[in-house]
Amino acid sequence: MAEFRMPQLGADMSAGKLLRWRKQPGDLVQRGDIIADVETDKADIEVEVFVTGVIEKFLVQPGEKLPVGTVMAFIREEGKPAAGEAPPVFPAAPAPAAVPSEIIAPAAAPAARAIAAAAPIERRLHISPVARKAAADLGIDPATVQGSGPAGRITLEDIQRAAQARAAQPPPEAAPDRQTRLRQVIAAAMARSKREIPHYYLSTTMDVSRALAWLAQGNLQRSVEDRLVYGVLLLKAVALALHEVPELNGFWREGRAAPSADVHIGVAISLRGGGLVAPALHHTDRQSLGELMKKFRDLVQRARAGSLRSSELSDPTFTVTSLGEQGVESVFGIIYPPQVAIAGFGKIVERPWSAEGQIVSRPLLTATLSGDHRVSDGHRGGLFLAAVERLLQEPEKL
Amino acid sequence: MTNDEIRGTVLRVLGQIAPEADLSQLNPTRRLRDQLDIDSMDLLNFVIALHKELHVEIPESDYPKLATLQSCVDYLAGLSGRP
Repeated sequence: MAEFRMPQLGADMSAGKLLRWRKQPGDLVQRGDIIADVETDKADIEVEVFVTGVIEKFLVQPGEKLPVGTVMAFIREEGKPAAGEAPPVFPAAPAPAAVPSEIIAPAAAPAARAIAAAAPIERRLHISPVARKAAADLGIDPATVQGSGPAGRITLEDIQRAAQARAAQPPPEAAPDRQTRLRQVIAAAMARSKREIPHYYLSTTMDVSRALAWLAQGNLQRSVEDRLVYGVLLLKAVALALHEVPELNGFWREGRAAPSADVHIGVAISLRGGGLVAPALHHTDRQSLGELMKKFRDLVQRARAGSLRSSELSDPTFTVTSLGEQGVESVFGIIYPPQVAIAGFGKIVERPWSAEGQIVSRPLLTATLSGDHRVSDGHRGGLFLAAVERLLQEPEKL
Repeated sequence: MTNDEIRGTVLRVLGQIAPEADLSQLNPTRRLRDQLDIDSMDLLNFVIALHKELHVEIPESDYPKLATLQSCVDYLAGLSGRP
């Protein structure tokens, strides 16, 4: 029997709230099917299942907030008996302990309380009948009241005191709204990054006239729906450049570098109303520019509509951010842990440039790299940026 | 299609792209990019939606003509042959 657990969708997530099940017990699910919708502090996420089998049982109900790693359902895998060892269905989720305690604590506490409340507490109460009735009338749980009567018996006065004490307490603080929680998780992840990761920063300016001319010419031939945006060239160039400096593509886990065999570029997407997410474009390096464009467009639309999938948030191996459209000429990103590098692109500006002994006007782009010095050095980072520049000079090969 | 109908279509498409925006407050002569925080992906979606709704082909070289609500309506009216 496989366990379907609350996934960890990024290092900054410690808990999630089950919004709804998309399947029913008895349903057959295929690997990759969306089984549930989960609310995180960043967004509502469609959570995929990573085994094929039949849903045996749901263990939690919609509305429950659960720490990462909580078993939510049992799935009987195809060709396996109903009983036996239960591998997790969402193996990518690392132990919550990997996340600093200050990130876990605020969000995990209510979930822990919810679990505790759900478990039956067998405790015989020593309470007078009149006190029991008063407790019921006043909405006081007698189990939370310390008795002052003989042998700790709970008296009417104890219940009345408890009711007065509750009335004197300030009303519970309203739960922060989505925007506040979004800022909190971004704050936690970025503070952790700056605290733990020794960043180094590199920058280079490149002539992108060939890439832009190639793109404009190609878009003349493409239908409106198939046109490429410039950012797709950058994503593909970055993905291919990572093949040449593979240590930048991966993670820092348990005190060591863990490069990834796959290249899943996380694309920083600003959300309307503020905040950002950086979901993965899976296998960015293996796709044609046309395929990448379709997936990029779909990803941006879904990110802004709040319908990302769990694997898109848990899988990025490297992040790309761009603030060029906001008029920024260069951006030095903060690495999103446990990743080990982030590339940034600024605005394309028309400037004088020296080419073949002549001063000419050219569209120039500033590309940056923020790297984790535990994993790579500036020399390797420089090779990466040089590779990006070289690849963009031959856009037809991307 | 009249200019008012074109304007209505443009506003409906913009509403899909920037659902949080109060389009009644849109200044017709100010850049849409500045008022609605539109990026290049939004612009492409805008052009695709106009293509579907109005059956017009808008080349990339004409994108600057879509800068404001007013210039957008004028440009689209010109494409459909109605001033």
